[in-house]
Amino acid sequence: MHILMFGWEFPPWMSGGLGTACFGITKALTGQGHRITFVLPSLGEGERPAFLDLVTAAGTSDPAAAGDNPSLPPKRHPLTLHPVRSPLSPYLDEVRYCLVRGQAPQEAAECYGRDLIAEVARYGLAGGAMARDLSFDVIHAHDWMAIPAALHARRISGKPVVLHVHSLEHDRSGDNVNAEIDRIEREGLDQADRIIAVSHRTRRMIEERYGISPERISVVYNAVSQEEAKRMYQAERRGKTRGQKMVLFLGRITFQKGPDYFIEAAARVLEVLPEVRFVMAGTGDMVERMIARVAELGMNDRFHFTGFLQGEEIERIFSLSDLYVMPSVSEPFGISPLEAMLYDVPVIISRQSGVAEILNHALKVDFWDIRQIAGKIIAVLKHPALAGEMARGAREELRKIRWENAAGKIAEVYQSAVAARSRCPRAKMAEVVPEEF
Amino acid sequence: MPSVCLYFQVHQPCRLRSYSVFDAGNVHDYEDSGENGRILDRVAEKCYLPANALLLNLIRIHGGKFQVAFSLSGVVLDQFEKRRPDVLESFQRLSETGCVEFLNETDAHSLAFLFSPGEFREQVVLHRERIRRLFGQNGRTFRNSELIYSNDLAKEVEKMGYEVILAEGTEKILGKQSPNQIYSPAGCGNLKLLLRNYRLSDDVAFRFSDRGWAGYPLTAAKFAGWLHRIRRETAVINLFMDYETFGEHQWPETGIFGFLEALPGEVLRRDDFRFRTPAGVAAAQEPAGRIECPDLTSWADAERDTTAWLGNEMQQDAARTLYNLEASVRGQEDEELLRKWRMLQTSDHFYYMCTKWFSDGDVHRYFNPYESPYEAYINYMNIIDDLSKSARMGIGESP
Repeated sequence: MHILMFGWEFPPWMSGGLGTACFGITKALTGQGHRITFVLPSLGEGERPAFLDLVTAAGTSDPAAAGDNPSLPPKRHPLTLHPVRSPLSPYLDEVRYCLVRGQAPQEAAECYGRDLIAEVARYGLAGGAMARDLSFDVIHAHDWMAIPAALHARRISGKPVVLHVHSLEHDRSGDNVNAEIDRIEREGLDQADRIIAVSHRTRRMIEERYGISPERISVVYNAVSQEEAKRMYQAERRGKTRGQKMVLFLGRITFQKGPDYFIEAAARVLEVLPEVRFVMAGTGDMVERMIARVAELGMNDRFHFTGFLQGEEIERIFSLSDLYVMPSVSEPFGISPLEAMLYDVPVIISRQSGVAEILNHALKVDFWDIRQIAGKIIAVLKHPALAGEMARGAREELRKIRWENAAGKIAEVYQSAVAARSRCPRAKMAEVVPEEF
Repeated sequence: MPSVCLYFQVHQPCRLRSYSVFDAGNVHDYEDSGENGRILDRVAEKCYLPANALLLNLIRIHGGKFQVAFSLSGVVLDQFEKRRPDVLESFQRLSETGCVEFLNETDAHSLAFLFSPGEFREQVVLHRERIRRLFGQNGRTFRNSELIYSNDLAKEVEKMGYEVILAEGTEKILGKQSPNQIYSPAGCGNLKLLLRNYRLSDDVAFRFSDRGWAGYPLTAAKFAGWLHRIRRETAVINLFMDYETFGEHQWPETGIFGFLEALPGEVLRRDDFRFRTPAGVAAAQEPAGRIECPDLTSWADAERDTTAWLGNEMQQDAARTLYNLEASVRGQEDEELLRKWRMLQTSDHFYYMCTKWFSDGDVHRYFNPYESPYEAYINYMNIIDDLSKSARMGIGESP
């Protein structure tokens, strides 16, 4: 099958789960014989060869196909990239968008949308237009920013859209939902031929909050790919220092991720184990409040804010950690506990995360129960027998969670979307005549 | 004259309350008395009382030809005495018939033999005295917790004056020999060894209601027919199982009580068959061979070893930490502290930490009050933390 995919940049450039998921899914799908045309927003500054290397390494084992040797006849590449100039990136908000736009060279900035929503719409038209010159069977879009592009591509081609929901505006912003983003999400969910949810929890939310019929929604869990695992394993043991124990929070420092619960729990832990160090890695709109709160609790010397980490830095921070805590308030899936497990780091996750549905060898907590979180942090740090057993169990568990499984299920969703479209092409073609073209 | 030897294990652990690390040093009551009470009441109504009434009636009907044995752990006796004296009385009525033997075990249903020989002996003596006091019987038969057994255990038990010891009839120690005869443990003089026939025992205990099993439905007549095929004069068929099989593990709707009610009549249809207690059977017959068992065996899981309680790092750490407290606990000369330390020795606490089959979610999970083995370990270690504080500081008294 040939897939037109609207996705996001791969690791190590993006730290978020979305990039990791796009990478894993793309690699597994091409490995199973599917062809992918991958459209993504890119600033195209020409300083990111590593990204392309990763893609070619993932897409083919034949260096000729990657274009290294122009004297050989070109082979049909399982993965073709189509970067579209745009400053969009996952989890971008209005404030940061304006910052990014302001930093762009003037002639470029003038092309970009005035605000985030305008830019998403502009990117949608530019990205969707790719559909004109390509042939493909199905359109696959990852999260809300890709929705306008995917729907536009469908108008042009008449091919079915599969919307992959990694997170919803409600997860990201709680009650402070951005009405415009919510509108785009609703439109995407209403319009998509098929929807993929990353957990049953997300599926339930799509059903309940957006009134979508459950027959259109399939659950496909995310995973950590074997290749990626190997790459990370190699970096794993590099000079892990024992002695002072280190507890890690890694993720966007936003309402959704529950950083405030992490800090309150840390204060309780220090009452019992005063030598522990806490690291909060990531950025987000709550950083300043969190720094202030740590100061207020008098934990400055025990607490470190690293800022945004990527690539090697992430590998390093995982390798140095004794425990990973994900106290998310609302987490559709949450892939980073799986990454932590690759480094033999025990994990504590909130029951409010989708990943809790599939992990046995993790400690589970309610995000609001600070005493419980603190108690479990203390237990893992105090008892090597516990940490050891959890890591051992996690290793077994990871073996069962593979992108290959996910890709197989995604391909089934494609099949059903294509089949449904071909059953009633006439009704669906009606919408293909767009008023704006 | 072939004998059928029925022995039922009666045990309920003292389940622990949810105990946070922040409770250590402040809360010294470790028991989840609400949950323990609820479960005891449920099992009493569903199993102990109706099954005891049924057995009492069967003994009256069949006279001395129908006999059974029980082993009541000290932990469950504590709970009966405190909360359900009526259940204890119903066991005493059974004892009065003279057809029921009460076995001896470690009072705390513990793994003490593996960690502290002194503590092991003390617990056996405690239990022996208790059985004497409650049922007027001098213990002649010993069974260790979870049927854990080895050569060394047999020697120790013989030294303590017992005539019979029970173990699992696993091929690991039997080789090609039959479990259906009396043996002599290697290195012992007169002590006799009875081995559980696990196939026939588990036909009742595990497979009775299994519709996918070729033997389903299992009637008393069919089961008695299987027993009757074992015809040797000196045969001893040892059916050992949890008493909770009747009405709790196998629900009344499965017909398990009807099965139990009809079984003696069906077995005794062949008049050369008799039911005997372990001590009765051992007194009547001489050993047919010698059993060598250098490594520990038990009746648990396919492995028939001790890995259900001590198979992983957490279990070993928890047990070691507990038994390392022995000297300081004893040093306090505080009865209540000693009682708590013993209560924490019950094998179930370690069973809850078993990770062997955790990913698949199976029988271990069914009996486990915790969300995961990790939670079981954390809770237990938090309590041990408090106990060790008490043992060091001498504040073991109940608040």
